[in-house]
Amino acid sequence: MGMTFEKIEEGRFRLNVNGYVCPHPQIYTKKSLEKLGSGDILELIFDNPSSGESIEAMIENDGDEVLEKKTESGQFEWHIQKA
Amino acid sequence: MQQQVADVAIDGAGLGVMTPEEAAKRKKRIWALGLLGFFAIISVGSFAFNEYYIYLSVYLWFGMIYGMCLQYGRFCFSSAFRDLFAIKVPRMLVGIVIATLLFGVVSAPITAIGLSTFHAAPVSSHAIIAGVFFGIGMVIAGGCASSSLYKTGEGNMNALIVILSISVTQALFADVGGWANNFVPEAWHMSAAERGLPASINVTDGWVDQYLAGYVWNQPALTYAGVLGMSNTSAAGAFVGNLLVGIVLPASVLLAVVYVIYWRKGYRRKSQKAGKDVSGLKGELVGYWSMIIANKRTAIAGLILGIAAALHMLVIQGLRVKFGFKNAGTLLDRIGWDYGLSVQGTVFDPGYWYVTTQEAQWVGWTLQKMGMNMQDNIYFGFVNGIPNPAINPADWMSFALIGGAAIIALYHNEFKFKKPTWETAMWSVIGGALMGIGARLGLGCNVGAFFVRVANGDCSGWLFGLGMAGGAYMGVKFFNWWTERKLAKEAASCGL
Repeated sequence: MGMTFEKIEEGRFRLNVNGYVCPHPQIYTKKSLEKLGSGDILELIFDNPSSGESIEAMIENDGDEVLEKKTESGQFEWHIQKA
Repeated sequence: MQQQVADVAIDGAGLGVMTPEEAAKRKKRIWALGLLGFFAIISVGSFAFNEYYIYLSVYLWFGMIYGMCLQYGRFCFSSAFRDLFAIKVPRMLVGIVIATLLFGVVSAPITAIGLSTFHAAPVSSHAIIAGVFFGIGMVIAGGCASSSLYKTGEGNMNALIVILSISVTQALFADVGGWANNFVPEAWHMSAAERGLPASINVTDGWVDQYLAGYVWNQPALTYAGVLGMSNTSAAGAFVGNLLVGIVLPASVLLAVVYVIYWRKGYRRKSQKAGKDVSGLKGELVGYWSMIIANKRTAIAGLILGIAAALHMLVIQGLRVKFGFKNAGTLLDRIGWDYGLSVQGTVFDPGYWYVTTQEAQWVGWTLQKMGMNMQDNIYFGFVNGIPNPAINPADWMSFALIGGAAIIALYHNEFKFKKPTWETAMWSVIGGALMGIGARLGLGCNVGAFFVRVANGDCSGWLFGLGMAGGAYMGVKFFNWWTERKLAKEAASCGL
């Protein structure tokens, strides 16, 4: 399955990069957040653990906020609010 | 209700009830213990068969430590440069610099007393060019040579494809002659022919052969101690030349630059938001330190890796002295495994952490068994040999590295078989091939040509690193274009 980016509702988007390894998840996340407006939420779905470390550091550096983190069977779902 | 009952499992001791998730975690921990036991049995069993196998077991257990540290700290040289350029995150570069510094600190006394197994590599622009190939490759592949090993231990099959691609590319590249000889400069050809190498090597047929014997071997092998006129095996040479000038000063400058460009702004914004005082030199120093300890897992892994890598050299040298040999080829011959030794009776036996040559060797061994002559080249035939992978010391290290990573991944419930997609498999093959070519041009990968060399005061280490950073930058530029292209289509359908 390839990467998907979709609008769920107003101000809420979902990026699914399951199956991708570094550096795809972090680059897609960065670019997706760049396209969002302030306060918008990105639901990020990925399954590459080492990308998570990089994404977390990027979010912290950029001042964005992780609202929620879920992990199930090696799959991660993070809800990120853009600053 | 029935479903709820079905969704629980009684644990083996019958002491309580576990959810399926807990049961799966427990099963993975049992697998981790089983793997550890498997490697212990290999060590004990082989030692019982012949005491010389302890030499291979030393490689094995240090390999396991490397694998555990890499997985625990998510340690990836590719990530170090790529995340810096792609998403402006310096945490991995900081971790790698810390590991290199510590490796250098522990290596210095070992070098000073003459017990280091390290030998400096030839220094010239070839190290930069090799680094560029390697840097592009590691970004495209999604991991460097060492991280591909630990990610394989996490169940990532993309990483396994990367390893296969590096292995095959190196073996074929090291042996390619015929049409490739047309791209050999005349001066290299003449110089290689005058080397007086054994006829079986056929040195004038093979691009890499003539590159090595006609160019690389003509370049000086320098350490910072040597450049400053000090003996490498003196306290002044090891501590002032190699450690202070070769590692501490450039690493400090690098970290300071990274702090100013990539860390300071974000740190100050967060601190000011939290009401902290960030003014003056104290504020800068606190900010600098916050960058160093930003990721504890990476820092801890870097600390252990650095110390282990240096101790590895000491233990190997101790065993060489104890058993009275300089290369494991002698040991294998004594045990009775003489197939695949080089024309000098040697095999690849670096005496420290190394990744890529043993990967090329198993492919070389396989192709030789299939009827190809893989020993008519310098790489296999004159220096490293192609021993059976089952008794290749460096292969024991890589195998255990994957195992060590798997143990930690299983223990932390992070092990997951990840199937490649056609797209990710394509990147793995292309990136692995570029890393394979870069590794043979640079006589090593991110570990052998960068990490180990920098930590031991070899002047070629930072050159390879410079090339690797340049290559990573190009790789990131390419992926920025590729991902933007794909994301733009998806975003357009969302009205963005």
